[in-house]
Amino acid sequence: MIEIQKIVKTFGRRVVLRGADLTINEGDFVTLMGANGAGKTTLMHIVANLSKPTAGRVLINGYNLADAASQLRRFIGLVSHKTLLYDDLTADQNLNFYARMYDVPHAAERIETVLRQVGLWGRQHDPVRTYSRGMQQRLAIARSILHNPPILLLDEPDTGLDQHASDMLGKLLHAVGVSQRTILMTTHNLERGLSLGNRVVILANGKIACDVRRNEVSVDELRRQYFKFVTSN
Amino acid sequence: MTEQVKPLSNTATAAPAAPGGLTGYFRKVLAIVRKDVAAEIRTKEMISAMLVFSLLIILIFNFAFDLRAENINTVAPGVLWVSIAFAGMLGLSRSFILELDRGVLDGLLLTPVDRSAIYFGKMIGNVLFISVVEIILLPVFVILFNQPANILPMLAGVVLLGTIGFAGVGTLFSAMAVHTRAREVMLPIMLFPVVVPVMLSAVRLTAGILDQVPFEDVRHWGVLLVAFDAIFVAASFMLFEYVVEE
Repeated sequence: MIEIQKIVKTFGRRVVLRGADLTINEGDFVTLMGANGAGKTTLMHIVANLSKPTAGRVLINGYNLADAASQLRRFIGLVSHKTLLYDDLTADQNLNFYARMYDVPHAAERIETVLRQVGLWGRQHDPVRTYSRGMQQRLAIARSILHNPPILLLDEPDTGLDQHASDMLGKLLHAVGVSQRTILMTTHNLERGLSLGNRVVILANGKIACDVRRNEVSVDELRRQYFKFVTSN
Repeated sequence: MTEQVKPLSNTATAAPAAPGGLTGYFRKVLAIVRKDVAAEIRTKEMISAMLVFSLLIILIFNFAFDLRAENINTVAPGVLWVSIAFAGMLGLSRSFILELDRGVLDGLLLTPVDRSAIYFGKMIGNVLFISVVEIILLPVFVILFNQPANILPMLAGVVLLGTIGFAGVGTLFSAMAVHTRAREVMLPIMLFPVVVPVMLSAVRLTAGILDQVPFEDVRHWGVLLVAFDAIFVAASFMLFEYVVEE
């Protein structure tokens, strides 16, 4: 369970998050939406322990992230706008490096498994810079699940992907076992957000403005809600 | 001390906790070094740039100064360390830029690794790359400045000590400068004033070797160099976490 409690984040005088509260239960797939600059990535970075909140705290299974960060990082995987991969290394070298950093047991077998899941087995000895954007994003997903984290943070995983690759994203996420993980995903695509997640959350004015279950809302209703909160921002 | 976190109860089970103690720590340090070496072997960007630059500096100084037998040993130590410092600066400035591309520094910070392991991994990589350049640079220096070949082992020892101090604090400043807008300018501005004690003692020791004075006469410079190496590496080890984390 992830408990985001009264998170405030400021950058100089600019207040991005103004006491955001959100509880994500185990097995939840929460889609976080909001306008550009609403603070989605900031919130994601705080949960990933890449950024410290100005006030408030994040609890993961009851443990304060600020107190047990080095141990809790093991349970988190992140897919970001950026691939977090070394362009000059091959997919195999990249994953081997991360496997060593996470102490992944039987790394060679695990790397083969995740590369097969994302459909890149056979290209593992090619440098990442020779990959298309879609392939790089698939490899980024493989990297994020390499250590089999129970919590997966997906920060606009469809950024830079063409329509076909974006459509494939859902299938790919199911292939890598999203149903076994607690997931927080940001996206600007309302339809995709609603189809992938079982909860949709809208971030506006630095707070959680709307939190609905998928079966409680239609795409049209979600769109209305979204524009209402975004335009009031 | 923080309490031990129990594994989460989701179906997906994260990799087991890292092997404790120094073995696990050094395995992470080694992984970072291996990753940097693998990237450098593939691109050869850093070492080739440093090597060409350092050789050019040595050549330019060699032509620029009116070198005669009586003044050569006065000028040579400074020339050697200017070329090492400038070439090293090139390497250091690239060191964390590579980590910033594609956000891989975030990728590193996401891993359950002590931040000091990242520092040591990057520092050892920097020492290695600068040392490779020095292995080629030193014989060229000996030939161009008419020095006897038998000083090479002693010279290599001093150069290694100087490089450890330079890269030790340089790795920390490289991590600081990479977040600034004018990072290529900021690194030398921050680093050179701090690294003066290392440079000064390394130049004095090098002069002692070239003049073939008894070791006792320059021993205090050696002690100073080792002491500053230790201080710089220890201080950087302690401060690195605050530099890379927001």
